[in-house]
Amino acid sequence: MSQKEWPLWEVFIRSKQGLDHKHVGSLHAADAEMAIQNARDVYTRRLEGVSIWVVESKHVHASNPDDAAAFYEPANDKIYRHPTFYTVPDSIKHM
Amino acid sequence: METAELTQEEQFQTRIDADVRIEPKDWMPEAYRKTLIRQISQHAHSEIVGMLPEGNWITRAPSLKRKAILLAKVQDEAGHGLYLYSAAETLGASRDQLLADLHSGKAKYSSIFNYPTLSWADMGTIGWLVDGAAILNQVPLCRTSYGPYARAMVRVCKEESFHQRQGFEIMQTLCEGAPAQKAMAQDALNRWWWPTLMMFGPKDADSPNTEQSMKWRIKRFTNDELRQKFVDMMVPQAEFLGLTVPDAQLQWNEQKQGYDFGDVDWAEFWDVVKGNGPCSRERVQARVDAWNEGAWVREAALAHAEKRKQRAETAAA
Ligand SMILES: [Fe+2]
Ligand SMILES: [Fe+2]
Repeated sequence: MSQKEWPLWEVFIRSKQGLDHKHVGSLHAADAEMAIQNARDVYTRRLEGVSIWVVESKHVHASNPDDAAAFYEPANDKIYRHPTFYTVPDSIKHM
Repeated sequence: METAELTQEEQFQTRIDADVRIEPKDWMPEAYRKTLIRQISQHAHSEIVGMLPEGNWITRAPSLKRKAILLAKVQDEAGHGLYLYSAAETLGASRDQLLADLHSGKAKYSSIFNYPTLSWADMGTIGWLVDGAAILNQVPLCRTSYGPYARAMVRVCKEESFHQRQGFEIMQTLCEGAPAQKAMAQDALNRWWWPTLMMFGPKDADSPNTEQSMKWRIKRFTNDELRQKFVDMMVPQAEFLGLTVPDAQLQWNEQKQGYDFGDVDWAEFWDVVKGNGPCSRERVQARVDAWNEGAWVREAALAHAEKRKQRAETAAA
């Protein structure tokens, strides 16, 4: 009796109004509606969320960790992007 | 770059030593992956099978309040199992395969759940002792080297202290009750004490994988260290309840600032691990039945989802 597994879904939860949805884990469900219901039961038994997103895992595209050094390198030598790069005279306030 | 001279495996170990978490798509030694899949799925199976001995008392809880609490506790254990299966799947394991391994007996789960729950006091003892032991095992795992496992454990640990407290409260109520109730509590402690000590696994000397697991920071304390901590933690609690720990060799050791205690019956432990515990067959059979009896639901839900998808596509065309 071999059969297909229910698809895997990634679950994202907004813990309260004003905050981002955050990845919390995954689960299996036959469709999106069931995934949301299961996510409520698995990940919000203690009011951990006010909003749930589910995305089928196969639709998530990720950067490759092996390329991380080269991939993020362009941001590495641009310290002038940070406010601390600039010296402001002591007498200048509110900057 | 100096790191260029290190092998991939040495670089991996350097990251572990620096307490950098390993994430799913990072390179990892095959043995690390395999060990983790085995450990995490074994842990997940323990949560799922662990629902059975307590589920046994849901319909017979002594009050509506106790019934609601036990139901919530057992539901949490289902959640723990699901967090952990989800962590194991990030390593490339398939859920159906993990379950198949449980059903065939290839995969193990905690030996403790192969003991029967004979009285209501067992619900108190399981929450207090068994969840207490689980907490000791699990808290250090919140800092385990594999990211998804550590994050799942953080979630689990947040929920466990409710489990332990509700168990302790049941014990306290029984111990403050009629002599027959107190005797019931003592009887439960007598039956569960030694199997609980077995939960920490074989003695360090008989646990050949411990060293590698500690090196990989999959494990952060040895079995014997955790067992000692557990005894030191529990004896004063048993004394508070007015219960006697069933170990004639139990004695405070001033020098080591901990208790000396008797040896676990290791022959019994290995026998239970091999699948010969008093309820081993019954537990696995219950999981197999649940899986088989749920087959039509899984199939129907997939067929329904497929039909709705097609209908939506036709409507859009
Ligand atoms: Fe649990
Ligand atoms: Fe628990």
